[in-house]
Amino acid sequence: MKQCLVVDDSRVIRKVARRILEDMEFKCTEAEDGAQALTQCRADMPDAILLDWNMPVMNGIDFLRALRLESGGDQPIVVFCTTENDMGHITEALRAGANEYIMKPFDSDIINAKFAEVGLV
Amino acid sequence: MQQDNFEYLANLLMKKSGHVLTPEKGYLLDSRLGPIARKEGVNSVEELVRAMRTRNDEQLNWAVTEAMTTNETFFFRDRTPFDLFKAEVIPHLVENRRPGVKAKIWCAAASAGQEPYSLAMVLREERTMLRGMQMDILASDISDKIIDKAKAGIYSQFEVQRGLPVQLMVKYFEKEGDMWKIDPSLRQNIKFRVFNLLESYLSVGNFDVVFCRNVLIYFNKETKRDILNRMAQKMAPDGFLFLGAAETVLGLTDEFEPVAGKRGLYRRKQRVDVAKVA
Repeated sequence: MKQCLVVDDSRVIRKVARRILEDMEFKCTEAEDGAQALTQCRADMPDAILLDWNMPVMNGIDFLRALRLESGGDQPIVVFCTTENDMGHITEALRAGANEYIMKPFDSDIINAKFAEVGLV
Repeated sequence: MQQDNFEYLANLLMKKSGHVLTPEKGYLLDSRLGPIARKEGVNSVEELVRAMRTRNDEQLNWAVTEAMTTNETFFFRDRTPFDLFKAEVIPHLVENRRPGVKAKIWCAAASAGQEPYSLAMVLREERTMLRGMQMDILASDISDKIIDKAKAGIYSQFEVQRGLPVQLMVKYFEKEGDMWKIDPSLRQNIKFRVFNLLESYLSVGNFDVVFCRNVLIYFNKETKRDILNRMAQKMAPDGFLFLGAAETVLGLTDEFEPVAGKRGLYRRKQRVDVAKVA
């Protein structure tokens, strides 16, 4: 079973995403911000990360840059999932090493399609 | 809906578009025809059909037919056909067509343009493989509204997220307000046209590849057979046909045969020339 870390400061979004991902047979863990996510990744690197952009403490893009420098941090497939929907943010995310990008609002079709795109399903 | 009204509607659809309306599809009526009913100032779809029966207004009949036939789609739908197009079709055509001859593709149910644009993106991405070969795409659909949308090449955030890898989105789309507009240069080799598959194919030209996906499912057996047989006449002897995942030629026509192990891909059947053999 593949493991997906859901990083979002909204409990509701984490819950919705978790439900969709569990239906897709992922084992889910959650983090409320980038710093928490980084700690979790150091302990146990997930296969996939669904990542919000705007969060307190450490935002998504800073987390991603830090993750990619960690040992084994090049492994997880990172899918941004954010309300930021302009070309500037999207290209910045790709340059920082994001594999896919979801613009909120999302639904299970979009998550499924994007995860299929990067070979996770 | 009353039986006689339902039958009237089913007959109209069959005559205009060849589409089969079965009672199980009844759930579509409200969502598809509700907006037209409101526009016509009647209270329900039932009343709309009653009005159609008394008025027999060609424009209204067509609007209803169109609303019942437009179907959702997305970029790189089902993925496999596009992978097969890249792995099987392009190499075959590059190998077997004379230099300078354009290959021709027909997207016979192009809907809002996602299929032809997906092909155009593949062709652009794989241009070194093409060795200078050009491919023209005819993108046709029964609905003029949907063809207008396809021509405009403007999609919602929802539409650009279904099936389109983000790298291609960044490369080939530009954001305009809340919408995403496709790179106009991708349209250069695409001709958009309103076309009903029940019409004569005399004017459509000849093709090396036909994409006819997720449209045959709406027709009855005779119509399917007729469309496939007439398409075959417009295709090169070594032409390729793509059908939707739930569609097949088996039991319908001998003009095509499935390509073993390549789901959804069919070839013109190679005919043994009896005279030569004898």
